[in-house]
Order: sequence, then C-alpha cells, then structure tokens
Amino acid sequence: MADFLLELQSEEIPARMQARARGDLARLFAEEIGRAGLAAEAIETFATPRRLALIARGLPLETAAVSEELKGPRVGAPDQAIDGFLRKTGLGREALVERDGVWFAHVETPGRATAQVLAEAVPAIVRAFPWPKAMRWGTDSLSTESLRWVRPLHGVIALLDGAVVPFEVAGVAAGDSTVGHRFHSSGVIRIASAATYADQLRAAHVIVDADERATIIAKGAAALAAGAGLSLVEDAGLLAENAGLTEWPVPLLGRFDPEFLSVPPEVIQLTARVNQKYFVCRDVAGTLANAFVCVANIEAADGGAQIVEGNRKVLAARLSDARFFYETDLKVRLEDQLPKLEKIVFHEKLGTVADKVDRVAKLARWLVEEGIVGAAAPANSLPPSVHPERSRGTQNAGPGASPHDARDGRGLADLAERAARLAKADLVTGMVGEFPELQGIMGGYYAAAQGEPAEVAEAIRDHYKPVGQSDDVPTAPVTVAVSLADKLDTLCSFFEIEEYPTGSKDPFALRRAAIAIINLLEHNGLKLHIGEAVRQGWLGHSPDRALTDAEIARRGTAISVTDYLWNFMIDRLKVQQKEAGVRHDLIDAVFALGGEDDLVRLLARVHALQAFVETEDGANLLAGYRRAANILKKEGVADSLWSAPAYATEPAETALIAALNTAEPLAERAVAAEDFAGAMAALASLRAPIDAFFDAVTVNDADPAKRQARLALLARMRDAVHHVADFSRIEK
Amino acid sequence: MILTLHAYWSARGCVILQPYDMEMGAGTFHPATTLRALGPEPWNAAFVQPSRRPTDGRYGENPNRLQHYYQYQVVLKPSPSDVQDLYLGSLAAIGVDATAHDIRFVEDDWESPTLGAWGLGWEVWCDGMEVSQFTYFQQMGGFDCKPVAAELTYGLERLAMYIQGKDNVYDLAFNDTGVTYGDVFLENERQMSTWNFEIADTDMLFDLFRKAAAECERCLEAKLPIPAYEQAIKASHVFNLLNARGVISVAERQAYIGRVRDLAKGSCAAWMDKHGWAA
Repeated sequence: MADFLLELQSEEIPARMQARARGDLARLFAEEIGRAGLAAEAIETFATPRRLALIARGLPLETAAVSEELKGPRVGAPDQAIDGFLRKTGLGREALVERDGVWFAHVETPGRATAQVLAEAVPAIVRAFPWPKAMRWGTDSLSTESLRWVRPLHGVIALLDGAVVPFEVAGVAAGDSTVGHRFHSSGVIRIASAATYADQLRAAHVIVDADERATIIAKGAAALAAGAGLSLVEDAGLLAENAGLTEWPVPLLGRFDPEFLSVPPEVIQLTARVNQKYFVCRDVAGTLANAFVCVANIEAADGGAQIVEGNRKVLAARLSDARFFYETDLKVRLEDQLPKLEKIVFHEKLGTVADKVDRVAKLARWLVEEGIVGAAAPANSLPPSVHPERSRGTQNAGPGASPHDARDGRGLADLAERAARLAKADLVTGMVGEFPELQGIMGGYYAAAQGEPAEVAEAIRDHYKPVGQSDDVPTAPVTVAVSLADKLDTLCSFFEIEEYPTGSKDPFALRRAAIAIINLLEHNGLKLHIGEAVRQGWLGHSPDRALTDAEIARRGTAISVTDYLWNFMIDRLKVQQKEAGVRHDLIDAVFALGGEDDLVRLLARVHALQAFVETEDGANLLAGYRRAANILKKEGVADSLWSAPAYATEPAETALIAALNTAEPLAERAVAAEDFAGAMAALASLRAPIDAFFDAVTVNDADPAKRQARLALLARMRDAVHHVADFSRIEK
Repeated sequence: MILTLHAYWSARGCVILQPYDMEMGAGTFHPATTLRALGPEPWNAAFVQPSRRPTDGRYGENPNRLQHYYQYQVVLKPSPSDVQDLYLGSLAAIGVDATAHDIRFVEDDWESPTLGAWGLGWEVWCDGMEVSQFTYFQQMGGFDCKPVAAELTYGLERLAMYIQGKDNVYDLAFNDTGVTYGDVFLENERQMSTWNFEIADTDMLFDLFRKAAAECERCLEAKLPIPAYEQAIKASHVFNLLNARGVISVAERQAYIGRVRDLAKGSCAAWMDKHGWAA
C-alpha cells in the first residue's frame, strides 16, 4: 500500500472556488483511478490561495492482474473469424484451446504499476477540471488550444510513497518542489512525502488545511473583540472567504472614526463585509461598535500596526463614500424620487416600476378597506434598530404624514397607500444603487428621517418580507397590507402575461411570492378570497375571461386564469405545509370540494381533518367509507337517490339512517360556522353505525328493492362525508 | 514615483509611451493596450494615462474618489511566467515593503462591455486598499487574445497616499515646496463634478454621441482602424457623461453600451484585417 501526494501550484485561486475545487479534485481522482481498477482507502484534499492538493492513502502498488477465458469462434469457422479473434486476444493460433467444438483463449492481463496509472490520470484530471472560469496564459496561449486553468499553473508535485511520478502537463513537469508563503518563505521547498507535506509547508508559513485556517481566524477574531470589550458579529461566509484568501491568517482589530456611526449600521456592516471582507463588532448593549477585524496574510514585524492603519484608512474612505450617498439621499424626499421610477421598466409587458407602484398602492388600500388586513391589531412602533435620531419628528408628523392618531380603517388605509407609494422609491437612491441588498432598509430610514409615520417607515423597510421560509413574517397591519399587495400584484401580473414558472425555471420568483402570500395569510389569520383579490389585482383585464386556444394549449388546461393561479397557490401550499407536517393528500381532500378560495379557512379545515383521520374514529370511518365507496364504484352508483325505504329495515340499517339524519345537519351547520372540529365530530358519530351496518346487513340482498335502497343509503353516507372532505383523496 | 516605474519597466524591455491625448475611462482604452493586445506580435509597453470617470465625481469631498485621476499602465504580451514577481518587484521599487504590509491578490475578473473584452485576474490589495488591477486579457473586441497579454494598472494617487502616509488624496505633496494635490486638482474636481452631474448640455452630448458613432463608421468604411477607434473612445466617454447626467434609462443603457461595443469591435476587426490576422 502506498500514499500519493498531488499538489497543483498556481497563482491565486479565487476564495469562492476553493471548496468546490477540492470536491471536484477528490471526485475526479477517484473516478480516474477507478477506471484503471484502483481505489484509495482514503482521499484528503487541501486548498490555499496558491495550491490545490490531494493525498490518497492506501493505494495498491499495482492494479490487480486479470486472468480470463474468452470464448472464440466455433472450430471450423472461416479463417477470417479466427484471425479476428486472435488479433483481439493478441495470441497465436497454437494458444487456443478447443472445448466442445469451440475455440477458447486464456488471456492474462498483468497488473499495471500504480505510478503508471497516475501518470496518465493526473494530466487527464487537470485538462478536464471543471473550474467555473478558466483562462489561458503565456507563450502557449498563441493557440486557443493551450491548457485552461483557473489562473496560471506553475508547478505539480506528484509523489507516490516519496518517489516522483513522472509526467508532464501543459509544459509543467511533475516533481517534488513547491513554494511556501509568498513573503515569509523564499526559494523552493522539496517535499519528502505525503506524510510530511502539511508540516513542511507549515514550516514555510502555509497552513494547507482550510478548516484550520478558519478556526484560527474565528478564535483569533473573537479573542480580539473580547479583549476590546466587544463581541464579534459572526459570519460564516466571511470566515470561509478569509480562510480562502490567506495561507497564514493573522486577524487584527482596528477602530474607525465613531462619527461614521451616524450612517445606518446595516450600511456599515455591508460595506465592511462586501468591499473589505472585514468582520464588525457589537458593544455590550448590542449596538454596532466603531471596530473592525481584518485578516492579514502575514505576521508583520511591527505586530501589524501599519497594516491596521492602512485598513482603517480604506474603511474610512468607504464609509465616507457611504455617508456621501446617505446624506445626498437624505436631501431628496422619497416622493420626489418617484418620477425616476417611471423610467425603470419593470417588465416590457407590464410597464414601469411606477405603474407597479400605482397598482400596489391601490391594492394595499383595498386590502385595508375591505377589512382583510385588520384595523384591530395594534400599530407597531419602529423597533430599536432604527436610530432614534433619525426617527425624530416621527411623532410630529411632517407635511406628508396622515392624521394617524385615529387608527380607524380609513387612517390605516391612508397609511397603507402612502407606504405602498413610497415603498420602491429607495430603488433610485444612491445608496441602494451602490448596495442593492439594502432595498427597503434604506427606504425605511429615509421615510423615518422625512417624518413619515412610524408604521409607514416600518412598512417600507419590511415590505419585501418574508423572503424564504425562515424569514420573519410581518404582522404590523400597514406592512402586511403593502407586502401582500406587492406580492399579489407580482403574481397576478405575471400570470396575466403568461409568465409561469416551469420546472426549475422561475425567473420572476413567483413561487417565492406565492409562498410569501401563504405565510402572510396564515401567520396573520387573514381572510382573503383569492378570487376577489385577483380581480382587484388584475391589470384591468378580466381574470375570468375565456382562454384562447393557444393559451389552453400552452397551459394544458382550459380553466380560467384565476383558477389556474389558485391551483398554483395550492401546489405551493402543499410544499410549504409539508415542513409543518401537514399531509398533501388532506389538502387535496379539502381542495377537491371546490368553491373554497380562502386559504386560511381551507387550512383550518385541513388541520381539523388531519386531527380527525389520525384518531381511531377517523381511521375506522375512513375504512367504512372506503368499503362503501368500493361497493358503489363496483355497482356504478354515482348519485344518491335515497328515499326512506318502503320495507321493514333491519336494526343496523335503521340505526345508520338515524345517525345520518342527526349527523348531516350537524356537519352542515358546523361547516357553515367554520367549526371544522365540530364537523369532524359529527362525522365521527357515523363510525359505529357504519361498522355495525357492514357487520349485520347484506347490501347485495336477493330482493332488488332492498339492494337498491341499501346502495342508495351507502351513497347517502358517502355524500355526507364528502360534504366535509373528499375522503377518496386520502391516501392512507 | 512615475520616474521610478518608467525606469523599472524600461529596464525590463517595455517601451515607455506618453498619455493618449483623448478623454478615456481607463488606460485600457489607450490604443497601445486595446489594439496592441490583438495579434501574435510581442508587445511590452508602459505609460501614464489620465482617466476620467464622470460618475465617480464627489465634488472634491471624498478622500479618494475622483472623476479625474492617473493610472500607470503596463502591458506585457505574451504574459511572462514571472509576471507576479515582476509586479511585486515594481512595488518594492517605489517603496512598498512587502514584509511590513499585507499584499494580496483578490479575485477580480475584468469585463468591459463597451470594449467587448474580458480577462481574469485580481485586484491587488495593500493593507486592504486596492492599489492595482492585474488582468490576463482573454478577449479584446470580441477576438480571442493569441497570445494572452498581462495588463497591470496602478492607481497612482492611491499608491502615493499610501507611500506618503496621507489619508486624503488632496493632502498629497505634489512637490517638496508645499504644493499639494488639492492645490492642483481640488477646484478642478469641484467644477468638473458640477458639470458632469448638473450642467453638461445633454442635447449636445446626444448629438456628439451620434456624430462620433457616424464618424467611426465612416472611418471603418475607409479601412482606417486607428481613427475609427478614436471615435469609439469619444463615443464611450460621451456615453459616460450622459450616464452621469442620469438621462439614460435602464432600458436604453444596454442599447448604448451595445452601440459603443459595436464601434470598438468594428475597429478591432479592421485592425486585425489590416494586419491580415485571422480571428
């Protein structure tokens, strides 16, 4: 058994590509040697900015010899066939053996030296390596056929148990040499073997293990913050990136001018992270502190004082730029930014962002005026993350503010419309132009600063929420109205122009919009009839219009656009509820009843159904229902034409009729009152009678009148159940 | 600093050129980079190029953002295998001590939609400050670079701030007798920012753009790639001014960029034709 070390040494590999490159290297290596019949006991990979490496442990020294008997042509076959067989096996005619009138050849394929396999495998891996972006370089690049690598490749180490495996790839000969740290090490390092690789490089100020570098950074940065009485804001992505940018990481703590803290903390954190790859810190009160942690790649003689000073200056310039944007933006009222939205195309068939804003504002107002988004919930105030200085004036409403002390429906509708009209204005501010991630957040700050009511500022800030399943779902009524209106408009608009998600393609994030709508409705218990909302949110077209043949062909269904959208929502609901443990078949069982376009009510019914079918009563009723449904299906009974039997009914029959007489109106009333648990309880009362009926009564009676009456009774039972849920959709 | 870089790169075989006498966004637009990056012939050159970025104007209020600044540019074709070491040697020559400072090559792929060009490389960071762009050109004007050239672009003001230990570009000493960068350029930044963002006559600019584009095409018809390319440079700068004036909508933006790219590509194609080089 032998250990193999491979190192591909290059100019700086982008940090974001290193982890995937390690995975690709391990996979390709295993595949490539696997083709030759080799396997390693273990494969380890390493990456630093300047190298990608692999150690394969426990490789056999050669591939196994293969001994096999090949069946050839029949004895007496034409010479042509026999010669062909000999060529294939590489044997002479005298080596063939005859058995049962057929020629056989015994072929021995000797094992190949592993070094030989590797000498072919590595160049193949290098040439086929799937870098996200690769380049050509140097004199060889006169031809576009020259090797492509992520950055110029300078060296290859290939050592099998300490011996160089000789091969060449793109003019680079494999050997045992590499380089250490760019500035802490000089000259060539000759690696002895896989076993000494990591330690020899460590001596040359290179830590080859990315996880070890990440740990050094995480611990070092946390300790520096703690030493300054602060706590580090952890950021796993930033940690991995810094580990990918350094071979010898040295975290350093610096301070910036506290005057910059007048810029919103989100901006400071983003600038530090995105532009400079710095960590930020909080003080004991949880407020952003004027400190940063940068990660150097060098142990400077002065302990990093000059490095920290240099980084401080750069951050100061960045923050100065951010403050420039912030202060410039603050000079323009959000409503004065709105004309610029008329120039931004939202979608070529859907007009500009200004058009969208207008639709959303009307829809948000409608949601409040219809009482869908309630006035009952208390108006939330801005959470403490908004700097008090900038919320100043919030209580003394500025010129644009509504009389918001009276939180009646009308006041709320005004606030919702106002928030919706200003919600997208920050898209054309300098800060959001620089940092698109801050959309909404900046609008919230600017709204508060210009004296908008707190609810409006908060709604502008949070109206993109919820983004994804784990995001906070807004609860403040104004925010909910704007968020819901925005997403309903998006969904309706794109459905109107037939831009539906297909397969993995969802360029307008409509699935996410649908999930967000579901979360908003469910979390806030909002009673929204989707059909009405769609009618309201439509672009002035009729959502129930007849579809053209072409549309029907594209969709594969002839249902109206509204129903199509509702089906889409239900599909998203199934996906979304799966995590909460709600069964999709039960959603189908309720949905199949039709006529329901209130998502919260539908869900309440599903929850009640799920609770019921998981009880013993529920399970047994389901069994009884199935038995009845099977009989009815076999007999081809579609409708219940039940009437009181003219013959003397058997006791169990009488009991079932009585039970239905009681349960039917109970269930009906409960459904009407949206008491779904009550409806289920009414159904539960049928369980014992139906069981008893099947035990004691013969449906298939010799008397056709009795048979007909009993089938009709079963159909009546089925219909009673269907009034609550379509049990035929339940899968288990 | 410029003299040191000239001496350093001259000693390594570069021809030392003077700035191109036209407004352009970066040294990359200099024909000594753009056109010379095409074709098989070796080419090594170094020069200073004043660069104009109208949208980067900050009315003289930002310590290191300027709408007019100087780039030092080196083009090495084909890219030497020790080009990173050569570059680090040039930093040492102008006084950057790589053992006391944190020098890093951070991924920054370069793409110029207006030149139809792209390359892979890095921003070079010195203590977190981007002091250079380092690019291996892969395509120029839509043509594969055969062979690939390395382009090194130094931000002269930033390097000077770093070497002189100044926080603000306007505090840089321009000579030994107390003249600062601010004395020379602050008023220029104020006035030009105002003009770029607020005053520039957009009708005139639209007109200039059209005329430059038309002239470029006339030159291409006359098989004169260099004057054609000059008009492409002009159109590109006018587009940047229009952009700073905020009169180009998002939808139009792509169309304008595409127009400039077509002009630049046409010029590059004519240059290739002139030399009889195959794509």
